[in-house]
Amino acid sequence: MFQERRSVVALYGMLVGAMLLGIPQSTRAAEIQVAVAANFTAPMQKIAAEFEAETGHKAVLAFGTVGKFYSQMKAGAPFEVLVSSDRETPDALVRDGLAIGETRFTYAIGKLTLWSATPGVVDDKGEVLRTGSYRHLALANPKLAVYGAAGQVVMKKLGVWEAIEPKLVTAENISQAYQFVASGNAELGFVAFSQIVGPDGKVANGSTWMVPADLYPQLAQDVILLAPGKDSAAAKDLVDHLRSDKARAIIRSYGYDLPN
Amino acid sequence: MPNAEDLQAVLLTLRLAATVTVLLLLIGTPIAWWLARTRSWLKGPVGALVSLPLVLPPTVIGFYMLLAMGPWGPIGRLFNTLGWGTLPFTFTGIVVASVFYSMPFVVQPIQNAFEAMGDRPMEVAATLGAPPLAAFFTVAVPLARSGFVTAAILGFAHTIGEFGVVLMIGGNIPGKTRLISVQIYDHVEAMEYGRAHWLAAGMLIFSFLVLLALYSRRKDRIDV
Repeated sequence: MFQERRSVVALYGMLVGAMLLGIPQSTRAAEIQVAVAANFTAPMQKIAAEFEAETGHKAVLAFGTVGKFYSQMKAGAPFEVLVSSDRETPDALVRDGLAIGETRFTYAIGKLTLWSATPGVVDDKGEVLRTGSYRHLALANPKLAVYGAAGQVVMKKLGVWEAIEPKLVTAENISQAYQFVASGNAELGFVAFSQIVGPDGKVANGSTWMVPADLYPQLAQDVILLAPGKDSAAAKDLVDHLRSDKARAIIRSYGYDLPN
Repeated sequence: MPNAEDLQAVLLTLRLAATVTVLLLLIGTPIAWWLARTRSWLKGPVGALVSLPLVLPPTVIGFYMLLAMGPWGPIGRLFNTLGWGTLPFTFTGIVVASVFYSMPFVVQPIQNAFEAMGDRPMEVAATLGAPPLAAFFTVAVPLARSGFVTAAILGFAHTIGEFGVVLMIGGNIPGKTRLISVQIYDHVEAMEYGRAHWLAAGMLIFSFLVLLALYSRRKDRIDV
């Protein structure tokens, strides 16, 4: 009986302790809540680490499709900065009064690639789309992800969309499209070049087709300060930081083009 | 109104739940029987393994299934050798995932019913000369009937509610792996709230009715 009561007290103590542990976090130096498009995951982690080392401000990063972030922001999500994968979402946020229009700019221009984790599957002209004998082609949901929409445009332009559609596996975002291809479950798929490029600027494994830029609408990616961050100097600094030479060097190293 | 795609998702989900429930009763019954009777040290580990999906996030199960069932994983390699092809992005694949995922909801009620029955009925049957298998079907199964009904309802309902694992290994293919839950998620993501409501409200009502039936039944049993 006594033993039992003691263990109940111990459990209660643990629960209270766990709750208290969570509290001090919010009272530390400036923390910036940042929503980041999935294709920009790796470079943003590097940029945020470098930003923190330089300024002491911590950027807390959430990754996902920009469409999802948009509906969350409309529902009052406390993000202060959006590192978007498109221009349309920042447009819509400004229209809704949820973002500060004059803070936005294009920080990178994305490149679409058709990729397989196995060498020799994808040729450097993309002929595999017409002739390939694969079972599954991974594509991020065109309704939700700009890279998915771009892949769809490419297949339609090449006149192969109808033939490929039954073999499509739709990923929720570009990270899942990568995951489907990297695990070999889909023989090939449309991914962002930034996801597969190595530090030397080359694709380390598998086979790749760099989709020519004239086959899909330009993937200009904008960053914008959101309404919850409008009084935060740290959040403004982070937005500006994406223009810095250091950040631009990181962005370029992941295979993005830079705006002039 | 729900359109053809939504209805296709509904029919596919019902087909999946029915298939999985039948398989789970076939696979889960011997496991439940063994767990209820055994004194082996393996009882703990096996019971824990069966119950894992109760506590594991679907992302863990989905992630490992994607790797294990892929062409370079152990299960995927075995299936490729047998000429069956890999499982992710197929109906068979989400059946396999759901059988694992819904297992505890079927095994536990049946196991509880077998345990509540005790050793006595089977001993009496044996004394009267019934072979073990015949005694199992004519004595144990009828006595544990309510455990089986609960197991079937929970297994079916839980499979209908499955989302995370299917999202990770399904590939969202209409008519093959796009279930109601995935369809709702896509509608919400694309801000098609009107279409999401039809399916979401339908699920809410269905789930409530299933649980209502389940709990009303339980009360009856206590009264009898």
